[in-house]
Parts: sequence; structure tokens; C-alpha cells
Amino acid sequence: MDFKLRYSQYNERSILIEWPRIIDENILKSILKFKNKIMNKYIKQKIEIIHTYSSILIIYNFTIENINDKFFELKSLFETQGGDLEIASSTWEIPVCYDEEFGVDFENFSKEKGLIKQEVVKLHSESIYTVFFIGFLPGFLYLGGLNSKLHLDRKKTPKFDVKKGAVAIGGEQTGIYPQDSPGGWHIIGQTPVELFNSLHEIPCPIQAGDKVKFKSISKPEFIELKDRVSKSKFKLKSITPNA
Amino acid sequence: MLKVLNPGFYTTMQDLGRLGFRAFGVPVSGVMDSYSSQFANALLGNNKFDAVLEMTMIGGTFRFMNPTQIVISGAYMRSRLNNKPIGQNCAIQIETDDVLSFGHTTKGFRTYLAIKGGFESETVFNSLSQYRPITAKGVIETNDVITYLSIDQRLQESNATVKYNDSIFNNQILEAYKGPEFGCLNLHQKEQLLNSELKVSKYNNRMAYQLEPLLKNRLEPILTAPVLPGTVQLTPQGNLIVLMRDAQTTGGYPRILQLSEESISLLSQKTVGNTLKIGLKDT
Repeated sequence: MDFKLRYSQYNERSILIEWPRIIDENILKSILKFKNKIMNKYIKQKIEIIHTYSSILIIYNFTIENINDKFFELKSLFETQGGDLEIASSTWEIPVCYDEEFGVDFENFSKEKGLIKQEVVKLHSESIYTVFFIGFLPGFLYLGGLNSKLHLDRKKTPKFDVKKGAVAIGGEQTGIYPQDSPGGWHIIGQTPVELFNSLHEIPCPIQAGDKVKFKSISKPEFIELKDRVSKSKFKLKSITPNA
Repeated sequence: MLKVLNPGFYTTMQDLGRLGFRAFGVPVSGVMDSYSSQFANALLGNNKFDAVLEMTMIGGTFRFMNPTQIVISGAYMRSRLNNKPIGQNCAIQIETDDVLSFGHTTKGFRTYLAIKGGFESETVFNSLSQYRPITAKGVIETNDVITYLSIDQRLQESNATVKYNDSIFNNQILEAYKGPEFGCLNLHQKEQLLNSELKVSKYNNRMAYQLEPLLKNRLEPILTAPVLPGTVQLTPQGNLIVLMRDAQTTGGYPRILQLSEESISLLSQKTVGNTLKIGLKDT
């Protein structure tokens, strides 16, 4: 797919590359492919890349002398073949307990949407979500693919004490809080699994391009899993790798 | 070893941050004022990545258990060694049992204590910068013991003089590039942003500095996009939020400006009520 990209200088040592500003899987593929190519080309220079739905921000470890040279270099790199080494994609199953003890906003959410509890749980756990990128907090996954029947604007006032593992809906997105933090999304459940561990060399097993599916679990199952997680006896399950 | 008798108001260990982990959503962290901290490290012949202590507003009191050399730089906090005033921006010889103490700042907001060879501590993702919950500890506390290299060699008279650039405290111009959404502002808003005096609000910390007054606008939120330390976001309520070193890696508010690296250091030395102006860089 062909996209018209916009290149601009972000600061002394960073360049922003922008795709059309929409949430789209083809854009994600184009971004991941270009990101691979850039990482491979500058492997020795310790560059850093932040990517989101429709942007790549390249942070060099030096001040950019001639910005037009850099733009030209990147544009040519984008045109070249390659980089499309299979973007490995796994599907991860994340257990979620939708019990109201954890889903503190569940009742209000169902009321606002005019749906009964079982419908919300079904709609939320039957979709397969795409991981677009990680941002906001360490290990916070930006997921695309929330059923439009579950879209609901963020709360007017954020809550100060959203619990680690909270599963929530904000606007047209759903996500999991990887740590205790303030947050403005509607909390409908909680997962006992850890999505981020700073003691691991790769702190977050799930990466951009992967898929995520939620699995509804009961409260006793939640308690049992939580116990296993705390004893490091639980590993996040990757269902069949995707083609 | 360094024994913390009193940590001061808010003291953390910092180096140049966690480079290479932003793709996992990990903030870069690191020293707020990279100019002063790197000046201090350079005077000691340290590596620029060596860890320093960053003290905020009110400095602490520390006892050294081994001989070493130190440099104090950044804000002036009435530093004293064994209760006698000492200078800063110069190397100082430290002996066993020396007590270094600081008071309330008289100029600037953040003071750096650099030590020969750098402080040692828990390294997470290639950095010693304290940031909870990435690191177990978020701040330096009373009775903490911090290790450093014991240096038996005494400080030599040095002819080399490097001058610390004091203008960081008096300069009020924040140099900025146009942000990706600068063009969404109308002419009136641009004029207001570039011509008004901006004041540091009480909401200022290692994550962000809010600047007043409000800039009324009707800008739409953007699709979540990358941000960096120094990115100036504009909220629908009109708050100007300058992201600092502990900021998140992505954001959904329009990014109207991007401060230069030097201006991030400059802003780090400002506190509530200080006034600033934007100086747009031509690109």
C-alpha cells in the first residue's frame, strides 16, 4: 500500500514521520516495516524509535547537522525493498474477571450503553484486538478493534487510584492499566496477569503487531491465577501464532 | 560510601536516563538540568553518563565514609562542608567523615552533586535514574547508604578553568521549535503564545511544568502520538503543559511547541511564579 508520508524535524536530534492520521492496520504494517528497515540501517548508532498509530519518531544520539540530507536518506530507505521480514505476530490470551468487585464502573457503563452485563462481557471478550503500540505507561497496550457498541467517551473527571491490571474502556479504545495510576477510562474488570516486569530483559512479552483476546474468568479463577502470578508460576499464553 | 543524614526536600539519583526503552512505554527520566549536571561530571573527568544526586529546592545533609572528590553545580543552596561555606562549580577534596550540607535555594531550583567516578546503585534498563515503579526506590531517604569509588589520590591543583554559564538562572527565553500541531493555532493564539509573559504554575515536577495563563482554544485532541521531554502540549482547557524528563512517551493533546535541549535545562531551574517567554527558532 502506498501512503503519502510527511517528514519534519521535531527537535535537535529527532525526526517525525507521519502517515495519514487514522487507526488502520495497513498503516500499522507500513509503520512496522519502515521501523524494521530504520533499525537495521542504524543498528550501530543506538537510535531510538517511538511509534504510535500513525507516526514514527526517530531519536538520534547526535545533533542533526543537515536535516535535508537526513530526510532524503529516510525517503530513499522507505522506497527500498525489504524490511518486510515477516512481522511475527502472536495472539495472546488475557484472562479478565468482569466481577463488579473489580469492574468498579461496570454497572454505570452497562446503564449508559443500555446493555446487560452478559452482553458487555460477550462483546468485549469475543473480539480479537490488534496491538498498535505501547505508550502512556510502561507496558500500556494501545489496542484497536473494540466493538462500536462498547464505545463510550472517557469520564469527565479521572479517577486517582486505578488499580494495576484494571481493564477499561475509553472512547473507542480498550486497555489494561499495567500499574496503579490515575486514569479516565471506565473500568469493567481486572486481569491477574502482569503485562510489564522491569526485572525481565524484555519487560513486556506482547509487542506491536500482536493480537490480544480477553477470556472471561470467575472470581475463584482470578484468585487462583493471581496466586500463581505472585509465585511466578504463570506464563502469559500465546495461542497459535498468526500467519 | 555516602550516608544520607537528611535527604532534603526531594532528592533523586539520576544519570542521562533510560535510552532505548521508550518503545515499551518506559519514560526516559534522567537529570532535569543536563547542562549543570554534565558540567559537574566533566570537571571531575567523569563519563557524561555517570550518576549524580539531584536536589530540589532544599538540599540535604550527607556524611562521606571514604575520601573522594566532588563538584556541586546548578542551583545555589548555601552549600557547607563541615559547617564552613564552600564554593561550587569547582572540584572539592573530601576526606573521611566530612559532612556536606545544603539549605534552601537562593538562586535556581535544582542542585547537582557529582562525585568522582559517579554514584553506584540499582541499574534498571541500563540506567540508575530513580523512577517508580521501574526502580524499587523513587527518592533518596534518610539513612540511605550510597556507594561510590574510594579515591586515595588527592586533588591536584588544576590550571584548567571552565566557566559555568550562570545565564541559566537569569535568562527567561525558552527557545522552541514549532510543534507538529503549531499550525492548528490561529493567528491570535500564535501571537498570544509568542508574545505573552508565561508564568510557572504550582503544578511543576519531574514529569511536567504547567505554564500560565490559559491559552483559550478549540483545538481537537489528536490521535495519540509520540512526545518527548520538552514537548509543549495544549489542553482543551487551555493549559500549557511542558513535558519534562519523567513524562510519558505518547500523548493525545496537540503538541504546539518543542523546547530545545538547553531550554529544558533552563526551565528545570525555574519554580512557581518565575516568568518566561517563548523564543521561536527558525527551522
